[in-house]
Amino acid sequence: MKPEESATTGADLLVKALIDEEVEVVFGYPGGAVLPIYDSLFKQNRLRHILVRHEQAAVHAAEGYARSTGKVGVVLVTSGPGATNAVTGLTDALMDSIPIVCLTGQVPTHLIGNDAFQEADTTGITRPCTKHNYLVKSVEKLANTVHEAFYVARSGRPGPVVIDLPKDVLMNKHEYVAPKKPVQHKSYRPQVKPDPKKIEQAIDLLAKAKRPIFYVGGGVVNSGPKASKLLTQFVRTTGFPITNTLMGLGTYPASDRQFLGMLGMHGTYEANLAMYNCDVMVNIGARFDDRITGKLAEFSPRSKKIHVDIDPSSINKNVHVDLPIIGDATLVIEEMIKAWKARAPKVDQKALKAWWAEIETWRARNCLAYKPGGEIIKPQYALERLYHHIKDRDHYITTEVGQHQMWAAQFLKFEEPNRWMTSGGLGTMGYGFPAALGVQIAHPKALVIDVAGEASIMMNIQELSTAAQYRLPVKIFILDNQYMGMVRQWQELLHGGRYSESYMESLPDFVKLAEAFGAVGLRCHEPSKLDDTIKEMIAIDRPVIVDVLVDKAENCFPMIPSGAAHYDMLLGPEDRAARPVSEEGMVLV
Amino acid sequence: MISSHTISVLVDNEPGILARVVGLFSGRGYNIESLTVAETDSKENLSRITIVTRGTPMVIEQIKAQLDRLVPVHRVRDLTAEGPHIERELALVKVRSTGDKRVEALRLADVFRAKVIDAKTDSFVFEVTGNSDKVHTFIGLMENLGLVDVGRTGIVAMSRGGEAL
Repeated sequence: MKPEESATTGADLLVKALIDEEVEVVFGYPGGAVLPIYDSLFKQNRLRHILVRHEQAAVHAAEGYARSTGKVGVVLVTSGPGATNAVTGLTDALMDSIPIVCLTGQVPTHLIGNDAFQEADTTGITRPCTKHNYLVKSVEKLANTVHEAFYVARSGRPGPVVIDLPKDVLMNKHEYVAPKKPVQHKSYRPQVKPDPKKIEQAIDLLAKAKRPIFYVGGGVVNSGPKASKLLTQFVRTTGFPITNTLMGLGTYPASDRQFLGMLGMHGTYEANLAMYNCDVMVNIGARFDDRITGKLAEFSPRSKKIHVDIDPSSINKNVHVDLPIIGDATLVIEEMIKAWKARAPKVDQKALKAWWAEIETWRARNCLAYKPGGEIIKPQYALERLYHHIKDRDHYITTEVGQHQMWAAQFLKFEEPNRWMTSGGLGTMGYGFPAALGVQIAHPKALVIDVAGEASIMMNIQELSTAAQYRLPVKIFILDNQYMGMVRQWQELLHGGRYSESYMESLPDFVKLAEAFGAVGLRCHEPSKLDDTIKEMIAIDRPVIVDVLVDKAENCFPMIPSGAAHYDMLLGPEDRAARPVSEEGMVLV
Repeated sequence: MISSHTISVLVDNEPGILARVVGLFSGRGYNIESLTVAETDSKENLSRITIVTRGTPMVIEQIKAQLDRLVPVHRVRDLTAEGPHIERELALVKVRSTGDKRVEALRLADVFRAKVIDAKTDSFVFEVTGNSDKVHTFIGLMENLGLVDVGRTGIVAMSRGGEAL
């Protein structure tokens, strides 16, 4: 074939490149600058396009898709407002290390910088909220840029990558360039294999530990399902306790006795006290986030800390560690298991037994207990019943952000990774519903539930239209307390009960709202009818909103007040009066 | 605890790279005392950025890790931490004066091995090269001798010995 014959338009090249990158679904919204791409999409049937109703939702849907499959999520939006609307989603993906490739339209190259219609400096705006971004200035570079973008998005610590595509580049013609495998990037080559010496040192520390703990985060999810299997194997071999971050839930089976639950601000009493009192900590794929550490000066003060992370910038960022190990979690844990088996270290079983005995006394406090609500549904009870009905089904959970999110993390149990999608780093209200749509696209037969609050759900409620269009039977389980619950809780605990603007006035009738969008609406306000409502919700093969009216005044405990240390937890309402929050703590978020 | 570090960064010479580096510093609250950048390898299309920054050892370590994380960054070297290195800075210093002050300015320029690169009957432009201290001292001396304008390049630096970046 002559070059002219094989040449195709930039838009066609792009679609070809996406197919070669094994993309199946694109979440997007059309507009002037990306019309050539939509034309190319129209002419093929390999790529499926899901039309969202707002670009932010496109990114969250792609995140849900990516987090539940381990693949790269793909977004397609137009220039200007299309791109700026995507910014929250991109930042969310950056904070939670989710692999996303976001294609943004751009005005033609000769108009860039002229304040043209629907022009925005997309690469400028998205530079701080992406792992990397590209402005493709000529069609010759298009295919390679797309391949490189996928490599960057998925390798090392994953993250969002933007490719800004001027309209003339999409219409010009060039030959297609297939991806080269394996990719040899000229400058970006993250270290995935750990240093064997460091592995030996880690085993030394673990073998001598008397009060060890594993503290495991989202890095293990990102490393792939094998990492969780290896982790489970290693933790069981050692007999050590393990706690998960919000992002790490599912990397270790929650039903196992060695699992202490989530740690951090709303983590369990036993997990936080074990972190405070341990002598050797193995952090795998977590980043000592402020929600985890509480008061830094009193964070696990007597422990030797091992930190496994694929991103060197996570090392010593917040907490000084004794033994950093750079590498991919799967490879690191694999090497640790090998070294452990080879050395067969004699762990001080007596000390370990004493450590477990201590942990069991903390666990016996039953920190997640709550007062039964009588005639009122307690949010914790609603989640317990929800879990009871879904636990034997193939299910995925997403959440919005706030009290309901923390209760979901506490009361729903995750036995495997990629089943739990929540906005951890950025804390984006409005994340859960579009994320659930992305999960449902990837897993059409599974039960996908967005545990929501009545405030958060309003932030991307327009996506009901998307759910209806594609018949996505996502279930929105609203714990409706008529307040921005977490804001209300902080106002109660820190601001003298002055509930400034946290009351959700003029809420819609969620049942009618669902019906207006062609979904099903259910409501429940009696504990005795909750089980039937949940069963009904599960049985309906369409999108459902369940408006569960719960106790308006319930607070989420345990809680480490901002600025406090791990041992200084509030376990329930009776705790809070005694301990005012420090001035330092008041400044913290 | 807080100390000054000179960091060399080898990057792809592509649009936006400087914005990435500078944005990283402003976004994370690090400070830049000096920044120089120019293409150093036209064949490989590479630029060398030299940054002087201040911070605690933990902050300096973070800065290096964060820089290294940028996709178009090839190498990051902390010249201050990695052994002896040389630093040079160039300044253009304009002095307007007559009589004794003019003579004194010229005499001091000679002491500092500054070159006269422009002269009028009532003004000189000196080019002075050296480490920042020397340049700083020279400019300080000119203040009383009719200093009207200063332009400084910022620091470029290199390790001693035969090793390349």
